[in-house]
Amino acid sequence: MRATVRSKTTENTVIFEVRTRTGLSALYRKELADHLRSRRFLIILILIYATSFAGLYGALSGISSAAESDSTFLFLKLYTTSGNSIPSFMSFIALLGPFVGLTLGFDAINSERSSGTLNRLVAQPIYRDSVIIGKFLAGAAIIAIMVFSMGIAIGSIGVLVTGLVPGAEEVCRIIVFLIFTCIYIAFWLGLSILFSVICKHSATSAMAVIALWIFFTIFMSLLANIIANVIYPVDTQWNAMMNSYDNYSLELNLNRISPYYLYSEAVSTIMNPSVRSVNVVTMQQLEGAITGYLSFGQSLLLVWPHLVGLMALMLIAFAGSYVGFMRQEIRS
Amino acid sequence: MGQNNDIVIRTKNLSKIYGTKAAVNHLDLEIRKGEVFGLLGPNGAGKTTTIMMLLGLTEPTVGQASIYGIDCTRNAIDIKRVAGYLPDNPGFYPDMTGRQNLRFTACMNGLQGEETEKRITQLLERTGMTEAADKKTGTYSKGMKQRLGIADVLIKDPQIIIMDEPTLGLDPEGMRELLELIRQLSKEDGRTLMISSHQLYQVQQICDRVGIFVEGQLVACGKIEELGNQVQQENHYSMELQVEPCDDRLLGAIAGQDGVQSIEKEGNMFIVQSTKDMRKSLSAFLGKGNYTILHMHQRGGDLDEIYRLYFEKAGQKDESNSKKQNHREYRHL
Repeated sequence: MRATVRSKTTENTVIFEVRTRTGLSALYRKELADHLRSRRFLIILILIYATSFAGLYGALSGISSAAESDSTFLFLKLYTTSGNSIPSFMSFIALLGPFVGLTLGFDAINSERSSGTLNRLVAQPIYRDSVIIGKFLAGAAIIAIMVFSMGIAIGSIGVLVTGLVPGAEEVCRIIVFLIFTCIYIAFWLGLSILFSVICKHSATSAMAVIALWIFFTIFMSLLANIIANVIYPVDTQWNAMMNSYDNYSLELNLNRISPYYLYSEAVSTIMNPSVRSVNVVTMQQLEGAITGYLSFGQSLLLVWPHLVGLMALMLIAFAGSYVGFMRQEIRS
Repeated sequence: MGQNNDIVIRTKNLSKIYGTKAAVNHLDLEIRKGEVFGLLGPNGAGKTTTIMMLLGLTEPTVGQASIYGIDCTRNAIDIKRVAGYLPDNPGFYPDMTGRQNLRFTACMNGLQGEETEKRITQLLERTGMTEAADKKTGTYSKGMKQRLGIADVLIKDPQIIIMDEPTLGLDPEGMRELLELIRQLSKEDGRTLMISSHQLYQVQQICDRVGIFVEGQLVACGKIEELGNQVQQENHYSMELQVEPCDDRLLGAIAGQDGVQSIEKEGNMFIVQSTKDMRKSLSAFLGKGNYTILHMHQRGGDLDEIYRLYFEKAGQKDESNSKKQNHREYRHL
């Protein structure tokens, strides 16, 4: 009896790889279908579309005055111009993107746990990490679909309304911008999955990520300012003369810890070719410089560290949730 | 085929320690092919932990467990291919129908296509879920979820099925159906089943062998009759007796019989404690005295009594008392 079972097992080991990948793809497909069918997805989709069209509307009304001052790369201005006191599409996304990520992920694991499906899931012949990888990949796919469809929709409406035709460089810049956006939102997805692993209740995990979101978007810059002023005070004239460079650099670097700032800085560099530096530039360095635009490659080079940083943040958030999930006891 | 090859589940010195508390303490267990094994014990006795270790979902602190000779901790995926697990509270995705939930489980096992669809339909029929198959599981009752859970386990056609508290929270009718299904799975399909429970009456009906767990330790293991005999060998007999007419004179007369240790009245029933089997001599005595015997039952043989005695030994009297009440309730049903 044992012998027959043994041979059956070796047979199974041969098709091991195929089977386990089946588990992952089954989970991925299910998660994707769940997201697409859920009411929650519909709500964030409407929200994001509404804000981006508001942003586009603002841009369209402000674009003529923007064109007067600088008429090159006009198509990019559809994404970056604000008008009628409506923020630009770019700043809307920086602000609301995290919301998409956290909505997709805040109850990924703990809802499975509390509804008792996790138990059943891990009793299937799949690797345990397939569960969390499947969830992250499905969420990331949803984000990519949403971001690209939105970016392309804005662009095509812009073409129809203004009659502007984007050049190749502009298209490249927009694609890089959208990729940045995907990674930025995927970071928030990873972070919310991390909290869904740590917290027992989905309400707690949602609150925790929302708190971080608000902290990074609003309070981080205040905090960076305070810390920089304490370490390099600029209160007296002498201090200001000695410390202002260090003060500014420190504040900038502290701000860059925040993914919100990192993302905003990177995309405004990419979407605005006239930005030539992301760091402090002294008058001395500027001497003799000719005003002009950076080429696409040079802009990309400027934000390369930002891309790596955002990627790293995303991977750290996901790795944290991965390790947490793998080490956790399955029973509640 | 030797005796040894029949053993499908085997644990050796299996222990799990959480902090300073041993949830499972040096467990040695052998379960044979085709057997229905009952894992009994109060809540927190380590039943679920044992099951988790068997399925490779928790790593044992010391010792090892194997199924078909496959190490449960190292080859958890192989184990999960041959063993099905029904959790104590099986949950389903509420937005999917019963059939979709089963299909998803099939997918995770790498099963797809027409054959699988047929199998799903068959299993739904077998568990009596055909009518509700295309309703969302969010609307299911507890009993329906339990039945769908069994269909879910059977999808991969496992040779070993491990059920954690399957009878918990079911109504009497649901319970009867479940027990019938378990019996079928064992006797007709020849599967090996392991059932954990703290409800004795049901387990007694279907289990070939039971193991009694107290605080992580297996205090007794064997066939129910064997355990019963073991208890009786300690010269402890307890009998329920109900006679007509019932008067106090009779009470004294029975107390005076040879071998009777004590007698007490519980409702309209006497409970006679004795050092030997009194059934024969008491029937003769009562017959002579023109009494009619309405009810006579030797208690020692049933699991309830065995359980109580083992718990008393382990100093868990309170727990067993509450269990006993449970048992009573079911008898009345």
